[in-house]
Amino acid sequence: MAMLSRTLERLFFLAAIGSALLTAAVFLLLCQLAKPLFQHGGLGTLLCSPWNPGHGQYGIYPMIVGSLSIAFLSVLISFPFSLGCAFFITHFGPLALRRKLLNLVRFMTSIPTVVYGFVALFLLVPFMREFLTGGSGMNILTASVVLAILIAPTMIIFFVDSLQRVPLSYRQAVDALGGSPAQQLLYVVLPMAWPGILNGLLLGLGRAMGDTLISLMLAGNAVAVPTALTQAARTLTAHIALVMAADFASMEFQSIFACGIFLYLFTALLIVALRLVGRLSPRGL
Amino acid sequence: MVRLLARFLPGFSWCCALALTAAVATLVWFLLRGGLPASNVELLFGGTRAMDALMLRRQVFDGLFPALFGTVALVLLAVSLAVPVGVAAGIYMAEYAGDWSKALLSLVFDLLAGIPSIVIGLSGFALAIVLHRSFDGRLGPCLLLSALALAFLVLPYLVRSTQTALEGVDPLLRHTALTLGASKLQNIFLVLLPNRLADLTGGIILAVGRCAEDTAVIMLTGVVASAGVPDSMLRQYEALPFYVYYMSSQYTGPEELQKGYAAAILLMMICSLLFVLAFVAQRRLKSWLLYR
Repeated sequence: MAMLSRTLERLFFLAAIGSALLTAAVFLLLCQLAKPLFQHGGLGTLLCSPWNPGHGQYGIYPMIVGSLSIAFLSVLISFPFSLGCAFFITHFGPLALRRKLLNLVRFMTSIPTVVYGFVALFLLVPFMREFLTGGSGMNILTASVVLAILIAPTMIIFFVDSLQRVPLSYRQAVDALGGSPAQQLLYVVLPMAWPGILNGLLLGLGRAMGDTLISLMLAGNAVAVPTALTQAARTLTAHIALVMAADFASMEFQSIFACGIFLYLFTALLIVALRLVGRLSPRGL
Repeated sequence: MVRLLARFLPGFSWCCALALTAAVATLVWFLLRGGLPASNVELLFGGTRAMDALMLRRQVFDGLFPALFGTVALVLLAVSLAVPVGVAAGIYMAEYAGDWSKALLSLVFDLLAGIPSIVIGLSGFALAIVLHRSFDGRLGPCLLLSALALAFLVLPYLVRSTQTALEGVDPLLRHTALTLGASKLQNIFLVLLPNRLADLTGGIILAVGRCAEDTAVIMLTGVVASAGVPDSMLRQYEALPFYVYYMSSQYTGPEELQKGYAAAILLMMICSLLFVLAFVAQRRLKSWLLYR
């Protein structure tokens, strides 16, 4: 019996440590496979030069610009929108509808990404082509709009959580003073809940940055550095998915590991930022 | 300024809520309109008899069955790989880890949860390259590799859900069995886990949903557009999400496109069913198990 429990306890430990080590191993594996690339031109050229395999240039700068612009634009669209939905759920909606909207938002998390992409490809892309952006209709704006809908549930659920964690007594105090729901929200709830809001924002950014399918299907995948929101762009994630077919030993192929490393480091940075925001929260909110 | 904001906020909030509802309604309506006409038995099995296909006696060439089979096999494999490890690690995190190791490990698991799925897929592919080199080309991207990568992808969610489930046990209940002389392990397996079974099940079902919908990981680790039903775990396979993606860009005519729609509906139905199951599990399973 004691033997069994010792073994089991050791297994628990191994499972935890093993998973953690695997996470580190992923990073090392990526670095190992990207090594020839670093030797070839150094980190600076890799991050700053354009993608032009014909002339021996394998920089991932256009993809970094593409990724960042799509991610930030989608967060920019999604943030006020999600905040509005979260306010509806916590403050402004009729009681009967609040629950329904929250359940709808939860349901949205279960809709597969590829389904969003599929529908947008046949609905939003023709619309963009005809009325707004022209061209093929696949561009940064299209991808960002769809991505904004995709990351909205993550943000809304987080916002609702942090808004609801403001003590009831504070909210009741505003009610007792005759404040409207909007005043309660703006003067009391938001000033207390903002670290949670920031947290949700960062999580949304992480999701937007890490998404592959939407940008792959809707952003047009052009390798030039985009100069306008109505231009096609390629993200780091889409780049990884697209270059797969090429020859294993080529520089072209190795560049996708550099993309992987960049995405990994970006995530790590985001996690650290989230931790710092967590420290800001007043009184365990 | 704030006063002005206070006036417009309720209206804005209503607009957002309506827009969100409209977006989801449009999505569902558009899918149903495009795919319902093609949704029938033939869609799944093509010209092959349903029983023959289900018993794997005959390959299906022009139906969704191989993709459906691939997805189900993939999910079962990935989840059965991930659940033991994830739950064990979760138990360690909740019950055994000290302050320091807990902080460090949860940082790592947060990182793992945040890594884009395509990067997980890429590392799976990198592993395939290494295997390919060392095993002389006999091992490459395949069902097993995808399942491993997917298991890795959902691992942090399982760890987190197990950990929060265990940490959420009422302290009174947590200590009761211990005071009666139960060992720590007995307490975990006979009291804590059964008490939180509903949350655990919910977490597992959500992990299943994530495995079923993910496209980025499997794209790099072995899914192909047409492979039929794989006869071994070391073969390439088809999967529903990839089928939807593939059809969206490579369809050759309205008929194929309609199959794409139907596949999207099927995938969405699977995912929403899993979602509802998780929802019900978290709500009802507890009372059903305790007061049966």
